[in-house]
Amino acid sequence: MRKLLILSGKGGTGKTTVASTFIALSGARAWADCDVDAPNLHLVSGAFTESSTKDYHDLPKAFIDPELCTACGICHEVCRFGAIREGAVYRVNPIACEGCTYCQYVCPEGAITMQKSIAGEIFLHRRGDHVFSTALLKMGSGTTGKLVTAVKDQIKDAEAPLAILDGSPGIGCPVIASLTGSHLALMVAEPSVSGLSDLKRVVASARQLDVPVAVVVNKADINDEQCAAIKAYAADEQIPFLGTIPYDRTVVTYLNEGHNLAQSESPAAVAIKAIWERTAALLEAI
Amino acid sequence: MAEDITIAVLSGKGGTGKTMVSVNLAAVAGNATYIDCDVEEPNGHLFLKPAMLSQEIITIGKPEVDNRLCDGCKICSDACAFKALAVVKKKLLIFPEICHSCGLCYTLCPQGALTEVQQSLGVLYTGHHEDLRVLAAEMNIGEPSGVPLIKALMSHMSGGLTIIDGPPGSGCLVHETIEHADFCLLVAEPTRFGEQNLALVHRLVTLMGKPAAVLLNKTTGDPNPSEAYAKANGLPIIASLPWDDELARVTSRGALITEEHGAYRQYFSTLLATILKEAHRA
Repeated sequence: MRKLLILSGKGGTGKTTVASTFIALSGARAWADCDVDAPNLHLVSGAFTESSTKDYHDLPKAFIDPELCTACGICHEVCRFGAIREGAVYRVNPIACEGCTYCQYVCPEGAITMQKSIAGEIFLHRRGDHVFSTALLKMGSGTTGKLVTAVKDQIKDAEAPLAILDGSPGIGCPVIASLTGSHLALMVAEPSVSGLSDLKRVVASARQLDVPVAVVVNKADINDEQCAAIKAYAADEQIPFLGTIPYDRTVVTYLNEGHNLAQSESPAAVAIKAIWERTAALLEAI
Repeated sequence: MAEDITIAVLSGKGGTGKTMVSVNLAAVAGNATYIDCDVEEPNGHLFLKPAMLSQEIITIGKPEVDNRLCDGCKICSDACAFKALAVVKKKLLIFPEICHSCGLCYTLCPQGALTEVQQSLGVLYTGHHEDLRVLAAEMNIGEPSGVPLIKALMSHMSGGLTIIDGPPGSGCLVHETIEHADFCLLVAEPTRFGEQNLALVHRLVTLMGKPAAVLLNKTTGDPNPSEAYAKANGLPIIASLPWDDELARVTSRGALITEEHGAYRQYFSTLLATILKEAHRA
């Protein structure tokens, strides 16, 4: 299975617009939303005939039994995550607790136990032989990287020659988890000084993990000069530049109605179709 | 100086205008502090172009083993919740990229074979733009979590008015950012994507007990899903900022709209006053 990942560094550049349209154009039978703390791909993936949900478990979190706690403060002293609140009896802030168990080891009263914690929900949707994996991080949970891996694992055995993964902004653990094992990361950049700065950092992140990259510019005509700067950067870095997408007000209308752009003839849709052809050829050649 | 108040600018979805709003609010605030908490992709400095005062490398502790002392007893590897330690053929292997730097392994090692070595996680910058103090941090490429960088940024807070430019999403970086806020300004765009992610970050700030209001950005005459969400869920709408090609152009080249257009200077001054009033009421 070839895995194509859509990334951007900066948020809001059009990752999901491109990913959802690619999914429809390519006839991909497997896809996943790796943006687990702000997922949107489900809004433009159509209806499914079968769906399953399961809880995703985080590392167990510390719980202090108020009956046993003598407020000696040792747990508070050793915790490096600031997760233990002082008081007449000490309490754990489950949002800050990372589950390291240090406090449990040092508590002289044996007042601390580690308790099961749900970090989110994972969904697997089916339509014929098509599968779509997505998740929702539970508010206050922090293990996004591991949840992304779990989302990807749900489609890894699908009978599909191509999987398309919609990534998250940034360069931290969810992005690293989505890059791992991907064959190509297509970067959707925005023609702005912020867009270029963020692009460079996400390209460096992909290259550190030996994932080949390619670049497109969305809303390209918002700033021709910055678009040219991104093209020049790609040329300097020998990154395949696969095209530009014009700013197109009809895109929002389409997406707000729950459609990707595969059926649209608007300027942005035409551009994304041409970019898909080039992306498919590049994926073939890698 | 005015009383201490910290405003966090958040959005859930990326690209809704957090940085544009934060830097322009900070620019009209004058004697205040701007903190860029988007440590993975910091952009505030591109707009504020601060005169740099200092740079500090922020480090994080990771275990190192002295193989002459380690006898492969597995006490540390059995205890490590993150599986960052493993013993293979009596030899301890350390995986620093999955280590959370909790410090447990040093305490447990009966041989004293583990020591904590500080490694660079990123750089913290301080500077100023006229009267405005500017703080930012940039995480090194390949690091999994920028949370310690945000903690370091927050330890430099100095009172008065602070405007925090938050990271996207609703994960651990956002929790860490919200912890320090008195009031959250949620910047939302008029799309269903924007609405979905606004709902998530609204749930998070509610869970954390922080008062919040929404700024509807990039509005057009068309129906606005984020506006509908705010009205249906009791989230106060503090202001709207209509889509403007000129604002997009100025922002795309890294300039401050408040320094180029008097009308926007007025808009952001009024917005800041409204936010402070709302924050006091809350």
